[in-house]
Amino acid sequence: MSDKTITFTIDEVEVKARPGQTIMEAADEAAIYIPRLCSLKGLSPFGACRVCTVLVNGRPQSSCTQPAAPGIVVENASERLHDIRQDIVEMLFVEGNHFCMFCEKSGNCELQAMGYRLGMMEPKYPRLWPRRELDASHPDIFIDRDRCILCARCIRASREQDGKHILGFLGRGPHKRVTPDSSDGLVQTDAAVADAAVAACPVGSLMRKRVGFGIPIGQRKYDHRPIGSDIESGAEVPDERK
Amino acid sequence: MPGEKANPKAPANVTAGKKPAKAAGVQKKAASAAAPKTQPLEMVQPAAAAAKPKPKIATVSMAGCFGCHMSLLDIDERILKLVELVEFNKSPIDDIKVFTSRCAIGLLEGGCCTDENVHNLQEFRKHCDILVSVGDCATMGGVPAMRNMITLKECLDEAYQNGPTVYNPKNLMPNDPEIPLILDRVYPCHEVVKIDYLLPGCPPSADTLYAAITALLFGEPLKLPYELIKYD
Ligand code: SF4
Ligand code: SF4
Ligand code: FES
Repeated sequence: MSDKTITFTIDEVEVKARPGQTIMEAADEAAIYIPRLCSLKGLSPFGACRVCTVLVNGRPQSSCTQPAAPGIVVENASERLHDIRQDIVEMLFVEGNHFCMFCEKSGNCELQAMGYRLGMMEPKYPRLWPRRELDASHPDIFIDRDRCILCARCIRASREQDGKHILGFLGRGPHKRVTPDSSDGLVQTDAAVADAAVAACPVGSLMRKRVGFGIPIGQRKYDHRPIGSDIESGAEVPDERK
Repeated sequence: MPGEKANPKAPANVTAGKKPAKAAGVQKKAASAAAPKTQPLEMVQPAAAAAKPKPKIATVSMAGCFGCHMSLLDIDERILKLVELVEFNKSPIDDIKVFTSRCAIGLLEGGCCTDENVHNLQEFRKHCDILVSVGDCATMGGVPAMRNMITLKECLDEAYQNGPTVYNPKNLMPNDPEIPLILDRVYPCHEVVKIDYLLPGCPPSADTLYAAITALLFGEPLKLPYELIKYD
């Protein structure tokens, strides 16, 4: 590494970063896993979910957007951060309608996997049971907003990787929703089943039709190993889409 | 309204290996709140079984599909071990309809969607030291809770009047006093009475149930391995 190398610590372990890297990127290269949902390799950082919250010199920051800086002291795997992250994941569960027992994404879902990793049995908050619209207009893709966590991965992938603008956000607060770039539904956009946007959804919201439940229980992505295991074992940062 | 009787405390999560100390604390607190005079549970060896009464288990299926009970039967030959360890009291397994003694563990299948379910939950809380919500319906409402996103009226209209396969020329709505009164929505059990442990899954696997029940009988903290906690 050049003399511009940044040195800092995560949970008292010394970590090196190149200028411009985020705390999360540096942690990944050091085989330290910071839980995340809206961050996806290859997409610009967005900072939507806050699951990647760490304490930087005692202050909460989202590690997927916060640049590494010389000498910072980062707290990651502590009990209080575990509890904060579990709270966030529980809130994501209760503000949507998540029926894992019949969801096509179950077993391969990053939100569910995060619940497993953090040891959530059931959110401590009451479920809100919002009423959300389904968009099944497209012949090959559907949007089940009950399961959307507003991570904007589809929106970013469409713009940055597909060179399209098939989706965006509409509304504020509890009314915020992902919406196709057409009032007549996804079918009136140039969305295609092979779009990076479709593969980018971490949950069962933006989904290909007619491929659900293809992988038997026991062989799905998170059936045996917690999410983050790849990074912790020092493997290259996985593309969670695969 | 069951929602108003909700225990304001967060449900006592079974910890999946993360914080055993907390789980043990929760268990202790639950036992002292619910049944201050109960003896600590011990495993009863077969030889001593005649002398010492076995701990009792009660089970119930409310707004569920009996899948969780089927999963319990799925423990295969371990069921012989289980009947050595425990005696079943009120349960569809032995068809005992009312509590005839105090129980160590109550296993709740299904969410709470009728006045009869509310009554059942209150009975279980009264007669059991430890209550476990078993399965997604008990922990979060499960498939029956799909009606929670629409009003009760819309739901009944669809079921008895507007549905594509409905034949109901007199427009009757079920109204017999024998039929339990339906609630405005489906409630997870912990929003109606205090629940000590939650076991998600649809259903929780036989291994999950066996591991959890034996841990509770031996008074051990519930530390279930990663693969035994699933929401599906
Ligand atoms: S999107 Fe994930 S968390 Fe939501 S119901 Fe599907 S599997 Fe469960
Ligand atoms: S549809 Fe999927 S990728 Fe898009 S914002 Fe919702 S959860 Fe994220
Ligand atoms: S992963 Fe950093 S805010 Fe979502």
